[in-house]
Amino acid sequence: MSWLRNPWGRPRWLLIITILYILWSILPVAIAVLFAFNDGRSRTTWQGFSMKWFTGSSGSVFHDPALQGALKHTLFLAVICVLIATPLGVALALGLQRWRGPGGGTINTVMLLPLVTPEIVMGVALLLLFLRVFPDIGVGTPAQAIGQVTFTLSYVVVIVRGRLTSIGPEYEEAAADLGAPPRDQLSRVVLPLLVPAIIASAAVAFALSIDDFVVTQYLSGNASTTTVSMLLYSSARGAPTPALNALATVALLITLATLALAFLVYRRFAGGGEAAAVAALEV
Amino acid sequence: MHSRWTWRLVALPGVVWLAVFFLVAFYAVIAVAFGNQDTLSQPVPFWNPLDWNVGYVLDVLRNFWHREQYLTVSIRTIEFVALSILLCLLVGYPVAYFTARHAGRWKGVFLLLLIVPFWINYLMRMLAWINLLAPNGWGTRVLHDIGIERVFIWTGLLSARGGWLDGQPSAVIIAFVYGYVPFLILPLVVALDRIDQRQIDAARDLGASPFSAFRRVTLPLSKVGILAGCVLVALPMFGDYYTPDLVSASTKTNLIGNQIDQFTRQGSQKVTGAVLTLFLSAFLLLLMFYYLRTTRAATRVADEE
Repeated sequence: MSWLRNPWGRPRWLLIITILYILWSILPVAIAVLFAFNDGRSRTTWQGFSMKWFTGSSGSVFHDPALQGALKHTLFLAVICVLIATPLGVALALGLQRWRGPGGGTINTVMLLPLVTPEIVMGVALLLLFLRVFPDIGVGTPAQAIGQVTFTLSYVVVIVRGRLTSIGPEYEEAAADLGAPPRDQLSRVVLPLLVPAIIASAAVAFALSIDDFVVTQYLSGNASTTTVSMLLYSSARGAPTPALNALATVALLITLATLALAFLVYRRFAGGGEAAAVAALEV
Repeated sequence: MHSRWTWRLVALPGVVWLAVFFLVAFYAVIAVAFGNQDTLSQPVPFWNPLDWNVGYVLDVLRNFWHREQYLTVSIRTIEFVALSILLCLLVGYPVAYFTARHAGRWKGVFLLLLIVPFWINYLMRMLAWINLLAPNGWGTRVLHDIGIERVFIWTGLLSARGGWLDGQPSAVIIAFVYGYVPFLILPLVVALDRIDQRQIDAARDLGASPFSAFRRVTLPLSKVGILAGCVLVALPMFGDYYTPDLVSASTKTNLIGNQIDQFTRQGSQKVTGAVLTLFLSAFLLLLMFYYLRTTRAATRVADEE
């Protein structure tokens, strides 16, 4: 590093700014996690370490019906979202990558639009759709799942297409030259090579679903369709105890563990090292 | 058989999904905005453009024309977003510059640390600040002890001691910067990373001072990244309603997102809400167009050189 030679030159203060920025970006959340373990009802005064807001017999994440319900519903939606968005997105990526003739460009643009559409626009659009076009579905759990799939789909397609581009057509062509029928080329050559990307995209879909707020809130029906994010929004200002911090901490751990796992899998199987794995997750 | 239709069939379910739940859904906003409402003030969409009723659109335009609420809220939104983006750039550019050009073998670690906020729930990051800035929170105490609180009160950015969460525009803007700056840093890192070191060396060899080499070589070459980052944070900021709700909860900081949210999700003025959603989308589409044209022109210039 050049600043070692000239420690008072420009890069030195850049390093200090960068480290201060990283502390600023992470420390508040770390403090919020710390207060989940507070041995008292305050979210601002430290009163000693305790697990009671996680496992205590009343008002804790694992015993309070409202907190527990929100956590369960969040995880349920995330699983449904992964199960629908991943196969749908992988198929769309494969189809688009090999699309010949007109139409492919248009579909590609439409596919990318959800990535740049502000969530409130999607929220309003889907709300009106379920109120006026599909009143039989209405708002509630199915609508929430459909809404989440609609915007996670694009992320899955982008990740899988990135991998398809880096694999290139050679393996398939070799399989074809060796006499493999098209179905075997797909199931025995392309799909196995895609496994890291499929796992990465499933993890991203899972994390996006857990962290989603706007679309999920717009399409929620009643109290039973409240998620962790919605609870954070509705009671962050008035929450009486650190149980809310504990709930957010559980959701955070699940998200980070999923992504860390996907990161390791991607690095292990896709090659290309850390940079490729980071690139796959930083959509 | 590798016919073109096989692959179209594979793509079909995803295409149908996007057509119904994205395109038709967006058309529903248009149909409601140009529709009517029934006696229970529920929206009645008019699907056929020949039936369109422009009454509600005209009402909104009239409100803007007479400088009433929607104009006030829209101007406030543009001010808040512009200020937040400026602050995001001031914070984000040095960080991106260091990570891309001076982090050396630590680059991977810094990148990972810069990505972490992406994967922390946005609402949890806001919850963290709400706890810190509560009247007796740690953040409030630190800001008081090191004198920042006094500076904010003196400049009128804070109305009372410990009142960070009592409807302060400054708190909303700081929360915006905290919430969205990670999205600006990453495209900047990518853009700065791509700059060829030899171009900067050439400027230095030809006698440019480090500062003028930065101003006349690095900065122009990172313009595309700056623009991309600004657009990436502007889009969600313009649709944000939860940040002002959480850190201010006052009508003094109502943004266009809050207005739309109150009309569509909470209230029974869904038709007017749809009209405002349409106006917001049109505005953001113009922004995207401008961005795409600028970056395309910039890449063309770079290619020709």
